[in-house]
Amino acid sequence: MPLVHSEEQTLLREIARDFISEKSPTGELRRLRDEPDPIGFSKSLWKEMAELGWAGIPFAEEFGGADLGHTELGVVLQECGRTLTASPLLSTIALGGTAIDLGASEALRKEVLTGVCSGQRILAVAHQEQTRHAPYATETRATKTPSGYTIAGSKTFVLDGHVADQLLVVARTSGSSRDRNGLSLFLVDAETPGITRTRTLQVDGRNAARIEFRDVEVDGQRLLGEIDRGAEILDPVLDRATAGLCAEMLGGIEAAFEHTLNYLKVREQFGTVIGSFQALKHRAAELHVEIELSRSIVIEVQQAIDSGDEAVPELVSTAKARLSETAFLMGNEGVQMLGGIGMTDEEDIGLYLKRFRVQQFTFGDASFHRDRYANLRGY
Amino acid sequence: MNELEQFREETREWIETSCPESLRSSTGQRSGTTMGGRRFPVFAEPAEDSHLWLSRAVERGYCAPTWPREYGGAGLERAQAAVLREEMLRLGAPPPVVSMGLLMFGPTLLEFGTEEQKQQHLPPIARGEISWCQGYSEPGAGSDLASLQTRCEDRGDHYSITGQKIWTSGADVADWMFCLVRSDPGAPKHEGISLILIDMNQPGVRVSPIKLISGSSPFCQTFFEEVRAEKNALVGPLHGGWTVAKRLLQYERQGISSSGFMGPTRGTDAPPELAKRYCGTSDGKVADPIIRDRLARMEMDQHCFNSTVRRTADEARAGNDVGTASSIFKYKASEDAKKRGELMVAILGTQGLGWEGDGYEPFEIDQTRTWLRSKGNSIEGGTSEVQLNIIAKRVLGLPD
Repeated sequence: MPLVHSEEQTLLREIARDFISEKSPTGELRRLRDEPDPIGFSKSLWKEMAELGWAGIPFAEEFGGADLGHTELGVVLQECGRTLTASPLLSTIALGGTAIDLGASEALRKEVLTGVCSGQRILAVAHQEQTRHAPYATETRATKTPSGYTIAGSKTFVLDGHVADQLLVVARTSGSSRDRNGLSLFLVDAETPGITRTRTLQVDGRNAARIEFRDVEVDGQRLLGEIDRGAEILDPVLDRATAGLCAEMLGGIEAAFEHTLNYLKVREQFGTVIGSFQALKHRAAELHVEIELSRSIVIEVQQAIDSGDEAVPELVSTAKARLSETAFLMGNEGVQMLGGIGMTDEEDIGLYLKRFRVQQFTFGDASFHRDRYANLRGY
Repeated sequence: MNELEQFREETREWIETSCPESLRSSTGQRSGTTMGGRRFPVFAEPAEDSHLWLSRAVERGYCAPTWPREYGGAGLERAQAAVLREEMLRLGAPPPVVSMGLLMFGPTLLEFGTEEQKQQHLPPIARGEISWCQGYSEPGAGSDLASLQTRCEDRGDHYSITGQKIWTSGADVADWMFCLVRSDPGAPKHEGISLILIDMNQPGVRVSPIKLISGSSPFCQTFFEEVRAEKNALVGPLHGGWTVAKRLLQYERQGISSSGFMGPTRGTDAPPELAKRYCGTSDGKVADPIIRDRLARMEMDQHCFNSTVRRTADEARAGNDVGTASSIFKYKASEDAKKRGELMVAILGTQGLGWEGDGYEPFEIDQTRTWLRSKGNSIEGGTSEVQLNIIAKRVLGLPD
């Protein structure tokens, strides 16, 4: 498949760019951060995004979805990334909705995805327990009871976990921590007794939650897929969400680069614009090269997901490592090139730097993905 | 099955039956490269098999897949040519001939040459019969190429050329040179340059190889003393050679980036397997975690590079502007090739420190020499710094 967007995808990008730049410029993130907004994203904006069909992009029409692919979801996430728009696209669509779509029974898919596509239901996936991404390092236990399971343990860094209506909880039903086997996925109502959620305010103005599960009862019908084989759902879900995050990162990187480049063309020192200095030109050109490579892998990984390519895991790790490195470089070079003004809260580059830091770490940083890639390639 | 996939299948079958086993390797790396030529033909060992592979490829026009058939090419679409390249890489088949004629001069002549010039020069290039070298750099004109001083005087019925060229790869074995000369010493430096074709087999041409840090001598100094070129040997207008020269440089950058770079390789000679052999393993993984991390980084970088080459071709087909993509490729491919060279000698450890003689496998010596040779990748064909200048100016619009 050619590594370019189709006409329809290009049109979707244009619509998304117009909508996002009008409704959600970077000032919107500042407002949410400074008020501070109790939710962390704008519910009315999310309602409008759902009306545009974005909440149902990768889901079937019978649930109210658009029956498109992750390439289209990536197009929208990339545009959201440009202005650092906070929305449940990652938590509810790329992660939660995808988990339901891939793993749940027909009845459960209908029940949950209908609400997701209409924008009314927020989902969160509770998988992480430690200070870094380690998908199988799960100590949270689910113990069999006569009617279902009891979940006990604690989760951290649950994206949109504090506002989610339902949680997808990764729990251990057999084996020991770090085993891929023995994990199971459960859909749990967030208000179930025994659940305590604490919102954590992050450096990027977004939020996540720590969640405690104290003997939380869950019905046996709420198990996704087969018992002990949750990783078979979790792996492809994380791959899809990571690819979506990469698209969001690309949007942010592009916007930060354009912003920085513009500054190089107007800021004068020593009687001329600083963009004429070779020291800065070369660094800008190097950034451009890294961004070009990032663009290629982002579209490639999304198309691979949509076409069911078996190389998806390798491609996802390649993409996440690449985008993490590029984001790191862009954030740091951006602040440096903007000089003193780049250190001020008023200047947007700092917002990008902070968001990049969180994105780099979410779903595994570059070294995590190089390790995973080497494992996948058998060395 | 669509047409392209059918073409892929046929091509794969053709390579399997046509490319001798002795020339094939899993890494695409070989001890030598076939450059063809008439006066001092260069053929990779075993030469007999290289001849056979070349003649089979020539039958199909596959040395110059995208050139029109009338000039010895195969008339393939770019997408088909890409398939041919991919399948050759996959099966470890080397290009039947690698030459400046194919990569740089031919495409430029197709664009700027007269019909007579195309008829005369292209078919022998596509058959690997005539080899070309590039007369660009001079001792005083490196990155500042347009300051070149080699004189070209009009003698009525011919041109006479006197001067000195340097870094002329393969000049000692080449039959012809495409050469930049100063035809109008009075004009501003970019406006007095012509591109002229010189037969290297004549009095007044003297070639002296330069020994490099890698021990080999791929480059030469070339001296011209009253050397003759015919009146019909100018490519493009008299004094208007700079535009043609820049176009040729674009083809050179593309050539360097496409030939200097391999996709992730499999098989026993692939870098990960070498790392297991030389660094040892622990739980089936490369025992040295830092080497392992660098390997993954290298393979991923190669993948992203290859995807970018693909995407650029796709965007060109979709009508999007990709004007200076060749600078991006040249820069990235040569920087990555240097990193690859560093990693390979790091993997070999003390076995990567040999120069010659006992104690080292030929393969190991080869890696060490390749590491040294790779240092030139970011210098030849426009330094990395020149490429970054071009990107900053042409793509990013940063001012002088």
